[in-house]
Amino acid sequence: MAKHGALMHEADDDVAVAILNLSEGVEVKVMTIDGGEVGAVEAVEDIPLGHKISMRDVAEGEEVLKYGRPIGRATRAIPKGAHVHAHNIKSARWA
Amino acid sequence: MADDLRLTGYRREDGRVGVRNYVAVVPVDDISNAAAEGVSYLIRDVVALTHPYGRLQFGEDLELTFDTLIGTGRNPNIAAAIVIGIEPNWTEQIVEGIADTGKPVAGFSIEGEGDLKTIEKASRKALEFVQRASEVQREPIELGELVVSVKCGESDTTLGLASLPAVGLVLERMIESGATAIFGETSEITGAEDLVAAQAATPEVAEAFMRAFQAYQDFIVGTGADLFGSQPTQGNIRGGLSTIEEKALGNIQKMGRNKVQSVLKPAEAPRGPGLHFMDTSSAAAEMVTLCAAAGSALHFFATGQGNIIGHPIIPVIKICANPLTVETMAEHIDVDLSEILRLEMTMDQAADKVMDMAARTINGRLTSAEALRHNEFVLTKLYRSA
Repeated sequence: MAKHGALMHEADDDVAVAILNLSEGVEVKVMTIDGGEVGAVEAVEDIPLGHKISMRDVAEGEEVLKYGRPIGRATRAIPKGAHVHAHNIKSARWA
Repeated sequence: MADDLRLTGYRREDGRVGVRNYVAVVPVDDISNAAAEGVSYLIRDVVALTHPYGRLQFGEDLELTFDTLIGTGRNPNIAAAIVIGIEPNWTEQIVEGIADTGKPVAGFSIEGEGDLKTIEKASRKALEFVQRASEVQREPIELGELVVSVKCGESDTTLGLASLPAVGLVLERMIESGATAIFGETSEITGAEDLVAAQAATPEVAEAFMRAFQAYQDFIVGTGADLFGSQPTQGNIRGGLSTIEEKALGNIQKMGRNKVQSVLKPAEAPRGPGLHFMDTSSAAAEMVTLCAAAGSALHFFATGQGNIIGHPIIPVIKICANPLTVETMAEHIDVDLSEILRLEMTMDQAADKVMDMAARTINGRLTSAEALRHNEFVLTKLYRSA
């Protein structure tokens, strides 16, 4: 069993990817894919395997970074530890 | 390490190297599918490449259908080809397009004969071709002689983290050995296009790439449609991908650090070794069909949520790092890379595992898709027929 619960591409990304189903209230260790330790984050809601967890408080309208690059903008405020997905971020393309 | 792999394949008349040894029956048009299937029922080891088009197409759309049918017949996994069309003119054009590879090819047309006589004549020729093909021996080949292709489908976040960086590393190793590789999926590069352009071998290639990319963007914006739900797909969204940018940044990991040597039209064969970008749709069967038509003998396909695609003449190796998919869809997955997510497997070890499966597949192991009869042959249609 892995000791970490989420992985990040870059240590200063805004989101990590859950590598197992995270239940609300659970605190997980976060690593980078290169094996670097980032710290811990508490899931404030259920987050399914493969889905993103916010690593910081993101304000509405802010860019969200993954791979060190913007993957879209927050359509509402996203607290640290929240599920980041199509309900709270949106593509900046084809819009 | 790649040089240590002992590989065998089929060296064709034009010097190209295949990893399978089929006789293909190529229907020129939809109404010749029945005769093509008739031949494949009667004669063993004959693959009928049935498809729904080929009538009243015109211009660029017709050219692409011809290029795809001819290119598939030319593919080095094909020992010999039979072409069947409703009338002789277009049939002969496909025959001629295949014939200059030097491989045996024969054409039959149905008008004035009917299906049954055509099937009999074509089957006698197919019998001759199959017996001839059965005596073609596998011989040692080098990794660098191969043309391969790569695509992902039903992607999720595990592709960008694990499967595609591993595939990128595999392509780096293969290309270092002199191999040729094709990637594409124009719409799925949206949000990462500058990174692809930055890996172009020359400024001219970068410009050609940006032209192809922009033409696709204009087409999508011109439809006025909201692509959310199609790009990213419903499966992508279920797998945790939220936007096209996120999907694209994962998608381009498959390039590795290879330079892009050229921008190919759909179904166009690369003219030299290295990595080539083909301007394609991101629909799996359309893209793999175009790669096979461009001469790819082997396809690497990374999936997250479980795309099950195969192709009638090229082995499609399924690579997956999502532990749920690997468990629930085990019969479709050739290479399990889920240990990467647990940080129990390095990217180098993952590339070794993919290379090992590639070598076994080249040497004859059936992929999951081959064993499960996934024979998706899907033509790309550019616009409606006349």
